[in-house]
Amino acid sequence: MFYCILCYNLESEIQAWTREKEATVMAKREAVTHVLATEGRLGPVGRLMPTTTAMTVRASREPLVLDGPFAETKEQLLGFYLVDCKSLEHALEVARGLVGDTGALEVRPLATFYPGIGLQ
Amino acid sequence: VTDVAWIGAALTAARPQAVAALLRYFRDLDVAEEAFQEACLRALKSWPLNGPPRDPAAWLIFVGRNSALDELRRRNKHDTLPDDDVIADGEDTESAMVEHLDSSDYQDDVLRLLFICCQPDLPATQQIAVALRIVSGLSVQEIASAFLVSEAAMAQRITRAKRAMTESAVAFETPGPVERAERLDTVAAMIYLLFNEGYSASGGDAHVRIPLCEEAIRLGRLLLRLFPSETEIMGLTALMLLQHARASARLDANGNIVLLDDQDRRLWDRALIGEGLVLVEKAQRLGVPGTYQMQAAIAAVHARAARPQDTDWSQIDQIYAVLEVLQPSPVVTLNRAVAVSKLRGPAALAEPLAGYFHYFGVKGALLKELGRADEARQAFNKAVSLARTAAEAAHIRMNLDALNK
Repeated sequence: MFYCILCYNLESEIQAWTREKEATVMAKREAVTHVLATEGRLGPVGRLMPTTTAMTVRASREPLVLDGPFAETKEQLLGFYLVDCKSLEHALEVARGLVGDTGALEVRPLATFYPGIGLQ
Repeated sequence: VTDVAWIGAALTAARPQAVAALLRYFRDLDVAEEAFQEACLRALKSWPLNGPPRDPAAWLIFVGRNSALDELRRRNKHDTLPDDDVIADGEDTESAMVEHLDSSDYQDDVLRLLFICCQPDLPATQQIAVALRIVSGLSVQEIASAFLVSEAAMAQRITRAKRAMTESAVAFETPGPVERAERLDTVAAMIYLLFNEGYSASGGDAHVRIPLCEEAIRLGRLLLRLFPSETEIMGLTALMLLQHARASARLDANGNIVLLDDQDRRLWDRALIGEGLVLVEKAQRLGVPGTYQMQAAIAAVHARAARPQDTDWSQIDQIYAVLEVLQPSPVVTLNRAVAVSKLRGPAALAEPLAGYFHYFGVKGALLKELGRADEARQAFNKAVSLARTAAEAAHIRMNLDALNK
């Protein structure tokens, strides 16, 4: 079974971390991912850019494009896509095509990306 | 071993919201700051034992508010004043506070806190200093060293600035759209001044004072989180990110300025550039042009060019054309002239702008390129006399030396 592990934290706090703190956190995580990678069990890993770079496409009669991240607490995170786009506009176009009758899609660029091994 | 690094970061991150909310509550900056300090002390005791609270800002506001109310009640009892009013008042505002925290919307509080630091009768450097102290929570010592003055002098400046702030009347009601826009403009200008203070120190040898730039970027991101649709805040944040991305390439080993064309672009910070480029794109699609956005768009063109010769100068020329309409100034005209000269050759020279350092620097470089060494030397000499920092002067002297070879 594949599992998706999603990271949540206070963004303002992460942005106030010292370089040492950042390095400590990343080193701890890399120790875990390194083992997974050698065992062939690590899929793609990515770090998202700050929420200030996010846009949201919400289902409506015509898909509604909103500035800012997904902010509702009533809906639940159900899945994700990773797409390679030339521009934000292009990514929004993809999201407009994907959005259903209800719900919303947040479009957020990646700051760092590790492709992992091809999980089978 | 308890790692207290996260507590420091949590307190720093929560500070703007917490102090801003406490200020709205008590309407007194000193009381708000003391309340926040007290809450921080209690956090240092409680958080290592109980773990981090889900919402550190809310925790600090509640604890700070309660401790300050206790203090007020105690003082009032001591002065044998009837404390019924204070308690009644407290309960009244408590419900408002809970409601406020439920909406977790600190935007006008934080904006107000930043806005009162921008007292128009205070010199810009004092506005910045007091914002660093109150909003960012930097120590007087840290601020003093960033501004290259003694700690005592800086403490005095901040005290004076705070007095001016206390005496000014600030509206605590929720601002209307016009007032909010005005406040955002003022605050954005102050944040950009703070950034520039770090980016090109006027007077002083430390040419890149990175902590000031980083603090300005942190404030930009904070404002943008609170006002996610404000295109000029997007533009401002993007502009700072794109400029700061070049920090490690801007100075050589001797502390001399390296011009954009000569910078080792592999040293540019790709993560900051990526974030800046997305923000520029995000702002542009909303179709509300503004001066920060335009400047960020220019920085974006440079950031996209892998080599100097790949720079899309015609796009830069077009953006400057918009900027000339939005905010006509000699600097903009001069910069546009540089773009035009890149497009059509150095003969297309700008109008003279006496008294402006960068003008003579650029003029000298263009004349040098045209092989007019004597005139180039004259322009460079003029630039040296107008330089505000040792690094600026040293950069021009390097050009002069090159001419004399």
